Amino acid sequence: MDFLTLIQLLDSTVRLATPLLLACLAGLFSERAGIFDIGLEGKMLAAAFFSAAVAALSGSVWIGLLAGISASVALSALHGLASITFRGNQLISGVAINFLAAGLTVLIAQDWFSQGGRTPSLMGGARFEPVTLPFAEALSSVPFLGPVYSELISGHSILVYIAFATVPLTWWILYRTRFGLRLRAVGENPAAVDTAGVSVIGLRYAAVIICGVLCGIAGAYLSTALQAGFVKDMSAGRGFIALAALIFAKWRPWYALWATLLFGLFGALETRPDVIQAVIGIKVQGQLLGALPYIMTVIILAGFVGKAIPPRAGGEPYVKER
Amino acid sequence: MDVMPKWAEVILVPLISLILAAILSALVILAIGEDPVEAVNLMVTGALGSTYGWGYTLYYATNFLFTGLAVSVAFHAGLFNIGGEGQAMLGGLGVALACLLIPWPHWTIALVAATVAAGLFGAAWAAIPAFLQARRGSHIVITTIMFNFIAAAVLNYVLVNLMRPAGSMDPATARFPEAVHLPTLHDILGTVGISFSKAAPANVTFLIAVVACVLVWLLLWRTWLGYEIRSYGKSEPAAKYAGISPVAITMIAMLISGALAGMMAINNVMGEAERLVLNAVEGAGFIGIAVALMGRSHPFGVFLAAILFGFLYQGGAELALWTSIPRELIVVIQALVILFTGALDNMVRMPLERLFLMMRRGDA
Amino acid sequence: MTAPAIELKGISKAFGPVQANKDISIRVMPGTIHGIIGENGAGKSTLMSILYGFYKADKGEIFIAGQKTDIPDSQAAIAAGIGMVFQHFKLVENFTVLENIILGAEDGGLLRPSLAKARKTLVELADEYGLNVDPDALIEDIGVGMQQRVEILKALYRQADILILDEPTGVLTPAEADQLFRILGRLREEGKTIILITHKLREIMEATDTVSVMRRGEMTATVKTSDTSPAELAELMVGRKVLLRVDKKPATPGDIVLDIKGLRVVDDQKVERLKGIDLQVRAGEILGIAGVAGNGQSELLEVLGGYADGTGDVSLNGTPLDLSGRSSDGRSRRRRGIGHVPEDRQREGLIMDFSAWENTAFGYHREPAYQSGALLNNQAIRNDTAEKMARFDVRPPNPALAAKSFSGGNQQKIVLAREIERNPDLLLIGQPTRGVDIGAIEFIHQQIVALRDQGKAILLVSVELEEILALADRVAVMFDGHIMGERLSSETDEKELGLLMAGVGS
Repeated sequence: MDFLTLIQLLDSTVRLATPLLLACLAGLFSERAGIFDIGLEGKMLAAAFFSAAVAALSGSVWIGLLAGISASVALSALHGLASITFRGNQLISGVAINFLAAGLTVLIAQDWFSQGGRTPSLMGGARFEPVTLPFAEALSSVPFLGPVYSELISGHSILVYIAFATVPLTWWILYRTRFGLRLRAVGENPAAVDTAGVSVIGLRYAAVIICGVLCGIAGAYLSTALQAGFVKDMSAGRGFIALAALIFAKWRPWYALWATLLFGLFGALETRPDVIQAVIGIKVQGQLLGALPYIMTVIILAGFVGKAIPPRAGGEPYVKER
Repeated sequence: MDVMPKWAEVILVPLISLILAAILSALVILAIGEDPVEAVNLMVTGALGSTYGWGYTLYYATNFLFTGLAVSVAFHAGLFNIGGEGQAMLGGLGVALACLLIPWPHWTIALVAATVAAGLFGAAWAAIPAFLQARRGSHIVITTIMFNFIAAAVLNYVLVNLMRPAGSMDPATARFPEAVHLPTLHDILGTVGISFSKAAPANVTFLIAVVACVLVWLLLWRTWLGYEIRSYGKSEPAAKYAGISPVAITMIAMLISGALAGMMAINNVMGEAERLVLNAVEGAGFIGIAVALMGRSHPFGVFLAAILFGFLYQGGAELALWTSIPRELIVVIQALVILFTGALDNMVRMPLERLFLMMRRGDA
Repeated sequence: MTAPAIELKGISKAFGPVQANKDISIRVMPGTIHGIIGENGAGKSTLMSILYGFYKADKGEIFIAGQKTDIPDSQAAIAAGIGMVFQHFKLVENFTVLENIILGAEDGGLLRPSLAKARKTLVELADEYGLNVDPDALIEDIGVGMQQRVEILKALYRQADILILDEPTGVLTPAEADQLFRILGRLREEGKTIILITHKLREIMEATDTVSVMRRGEMTATVKTSDTSPAELAELMVGRKVLLRVDKKPATPGDIVLDIKGLRVVDDQKVERLKGIDLQVRAGEILGIAGVAGNGQSELLEVLGGYADGTGDVSLNGTPLDLSGRSSDGRSRRRRGIGHVPEDRQREGLIMDFSAWENTAFGYHREPAYQSGALLNNQAIRNDTAEKMARFDVRPPNPALAAKSFSGGNQQKIVLAREIERNPDLLLIGQPTRGVDIGAIEFIHQQIVALRDQGKAILLVSVELEEILALADRVAVMFDGHIMGERLSSETDEKELGLLMAGVGS
């Protein structure tokens, strides 16, 4: 495998890791606050549709992004209503949200565009174009670092840079701010937060809404940056891979970055079986690579490679007790 | 202390949830510019207005009966099995192997063998998450989700690389031999002189599903094993005190659950497609969740809910055929049912409880 | 005259059909320790939770330092200068002491300045009140006594003038409890007002200036501690003279039924809970196990009941019991003739959603008498239940009613009927009368003594010393996984046992 192939492979790793990373961090906020979220998939899908649809109608990808985030946040609020206000089962709520998004996106797409559940292809300002970083052109001829900078680091959509910047930001919020302290506390022992005079419900809604915003960006990225338009079921299990990455990352922001990059690499390799064969000398089935994130997560969950301990109050609705 | 009488708990709460889901679905239909009344009419005629419609309704219902029972049995043990989809896929593989590898002389023997194979394969696929939950404490919801994806990959690999007949481009097995074709309701009812649509796929498996309902009911409420499953589902510390093994019950409940989900394959793979295709399950594993929630995990409730969803599926297909409403409407309705009967249960329950409390105070 | 630090007027609160507090009024003067005493379920904790804004009262008014104050939530309570130390601590286990202290009382959006300030304040508070803690220790790594200090510090850090402590000594050894009361004394000297909720008469007499008595949601009296006596308080608590001595003949112990040698139990966290226990229980006697909760009594019951693994030699009627492995489960134990009334009937002894008849089969559901072929004989179980309910005077005598619909006493009778009527050789009983009304207590005690008089061996665990002294023929005291000593109950008293419970050897 030559250097350029490697750069290309890493480049597509970054592209594929971006939505996983955003969704994973989204799940991190929610689950760190004690609200399990298996509805990441649905929120991403809804956001993918609404951002593409509104971008197509308005011609502006930014308005599209806003619409996508709104749709995702609306589903988050529904999840909050079910699991925080009405203390329902968070897993069942997540399942419902996934189906709601899967059904509604196609239904509305058909109603608005009549193109078999897809949006028109996005062009021009209705799509996120690659951003060329300063000096990318000039430096491209520098050996080694040149291609790394101009091909790998430069030339992604703005959402990619936002996603990567969200990692240190999440870390900072979680461990260096009052909000982060309270958020982590509410996922571990909501009674401690409640008796300290802080609203458990308020904190958990805040976490769920942040989760919605990040899922919204992830979905918008799928349909307005990675692809040029929405197609039915385009999230294609990414929400679940993000969930797997979250467990893999043991609910920590920097680990989330590495986990999603790893899973992104698997995705990139899936389309390049020739590269794998060239590197390790055997033909690896595409299906195996596709299933690898899930298999690795099961192994992690089984506790064979370190123990993944979820937030202690995760999944439990908060009920005041004497 | 119970605030609500039992009938309200068993009938009123699910009914109100269902009505709420129906109202919202109607609003969705209105929002996309169609007439809900017209839509319901079309669905009723399409699904229940002919033996052809009934044949499809019952065919779908059979799938949902199996997956709904699967989710219910796990629920009773306090386990949420989201893996019905993957277990049903593997069940299909079991059926395909049973039907293709052995030249059966008659469909009856083949059916027994295929049922056993489907159950075994489904149970095996549930066994790993069950074991990890029981022994290592790995969250079964997450592992069963993961196993759905792994099952899809396995099936894809097997169909593309191993079981695809030479020369075929389709990722599917060869057709099953004539001898293992199951009698449809047309064949069965024909023997007693009732004419039933020949084209509809409902088959003898429906009867097996009904028997499964009765057996599950007997298991849960009339055997000590069912008693142990329900006890464990209500309280793990109490179960331990009573000498009920959490590991054993987790395994047994999930094996039964997985076997039931797997047995769905005798309907869709053996009874209908008569070969194994990639997307044979078509989400029926997930619909099992909605069916179990709506049926309050009781086999009779599951039976009613499965018929309802069978109706929705067939009716939805008819709608898609005659109007511009896509089939995905059913997915929306399914989501709303799960939402209202499952996650938002308290939204219905809490005001009702307050109402009953007021009535009781009024009496006193 | 100074205004009371706290005045409650006509507080009422109902949970569904249950009236937890009925028209309660109370005045607490500043700079005093005020006790609130009552049986479990008398409504003490509910009242204090209302004062702390955890629940909203249906009716009534709260005055803080003479000012009418609305306390809709804990935030308002904190603002009004109220701090509360709950019975179950409200700490985040994997946070440090410092993080727990600032949680909810941070100074700004960023943590660093808050933490620095808290660290400084903590040193001052430690000097002032003798409350030393390591600010950087994780809560999960420090003991319960230390955790309680953190809770008190949390309140002081929020500049609480009024401190409520709910059953603060339940998890403490007598020595730790004494230390706590010294700290409370210091706080009173500094002008803080303290409300101490407890069901222990001794603590009230030792620590408080005034005391209020609650019974069944009502305030029955408020008196100066120096003007009252334990006997008077006890009577006020239960509403009539208490039978502190159970009517029973001297025991006539027979052969050794349960023989325990070198029993050890290690829990899931790899902590050794039983550190080599030797005990014997003979036929026809009641052996009482006394001790502060959490010193290994629960583990003793669990391992004998078959749901915790242990090592050592335990035999029943001369035949060894399997302490781990295949035949170490509740079912095998029951087949060997061991009945078990668990410490927590709602968590372990009953399935609260199951009907009384389903609960009557619980643990015995595989008995041949309950089967007909491959199926359960539900009718046989129902008939059996109806008989048992009649004999144990369970009210209402309706086998179809769910366990959660019965009162605590009647729930306990259902469990007791199930275990005693099996005629076990050995009966394990944990906290037989916890949360049980007085009438049922007498009945339950009589049943236990009657079983003894039939020549059965009984192992009784209770944290109520009075109950142990009244029921047991012999008393063994547990401390930190060891047996500190054994006494004949006729030859010992609370004082001697109290020393043993504190780990002071004899």
